[in-house]
Amino acid sequence: MIIRRIFAALFAIFFFISAYVLIADIGFGNNKMDDLVGKYYIENTIKDTTALNVVSTVVVNYRGLDTLGEVTVLFVASVSVGVLMARFKGSKLWNVSTTPIHITAGRILFPLIWIFGAYIFVHRHLTPGGWFPGGAVIASGVLLLMLAFKDYLPSSKLITFSESISGSLYVLVGLIGLAIGGYFLYDFVYRTYGIGTIGTLISGGFIPIVYTIIGVKDGVELSGILHHLSRDDTE
Amino acid sequence: MTIDPILLLEIVLTIIMIISAIIAVETKHLVAALAMLGLVSLQASVYFLILQAPDVAMTEASIGAGLSVGIFAYAFWKTGETEEKLENLEEMDKGVLIK
Repeated sequence: MIIRRIFAALFAIFFFISAYVLIADIGFGNNKMDDLVGKYYIENTIKDTTALNVVSTVVVNYRGLDTLGEVTVLFVASVSVGVLMARFKGSKLWNVSTTPIHITAGRILFPLIWIFGAYIFVHRHLTPGGWFPGGAVIASGVLLLMLAFKDYLPSSKLITFSESISGSLYVLVGLIGLAIGGYFLYDFVYRTYGIGTIGTLISGGFIPIVYTIIGVKDGVELSGILHHLSRDDTE
Repeated sequence: MTIDPILLLEIVLTIIMIISAIIAVETKHLVAALAMLGLVSLQASVYFLILQAPDVAMTEASIGAGLSVGIFAYAFWKTGETEEKLENLEEMDKGVLIK
């Protein structure tokens, strides 16, 4: 045992030294914003999209195709959990013991948790947040319900349906941009029709639309993972 | 001499993070290890908030401290992984069961 630990420590030290040697020349802390693409983002975000949050503009607008790939990664992860758990056919939950604290907290907190999760991704162009934490908060609400109420199990058909609908809607928004503006995921809301005032909820072009779609998709997929994991194989 | 309260908070957070990470690795009780894992994520999210990255802090709090702990708990219940099995594994490691 002790020899193995020494080897593990030596490996860790070796790993950190080689990582240090590899990234020592990058020069973190220097100002590299002046001549790179980051300066363009900071200067032109409000002019291009009327969104106040630069990060969300980069994620949805300037680098929208990467976000599509990221959503696909999450979709593949959810599907693979479903494939792994497909042999558990039963619809019964475990005999998880619930307490009055769980039940009361589930009744009172569940709507608030969902509203907070929706707030996170709807207001993404104004406040910090993102589609991933928003969807995770929604899935946490589902987890709270599943822990509090023994018989509750999210509907499998509803999960599959809303997952495919929201995934298709994202591609559809991209295709509408292709039809109107000439390239995939073109911001047709602001750049063609000019909708939106800076600082209000309706601003930022199509950022709130896309964030709502992928936030719902993320929440549904994480709930689907919980659904697959919570099914019992007895009976 | 005045001490910056943020610096004090950072020091306390770092100490708690290191301690709970060590407990998470070393403990035999899987649920305790899980709770310590969630604690590390929670401290990390406060750290991200101090470093002025609220996006990352929010993600870390909801994923690391919220959802992944639940998914891990379901996985433990699913595989039936318990303390006794883990001890058997340790004995197997020492060669007791392979004789």
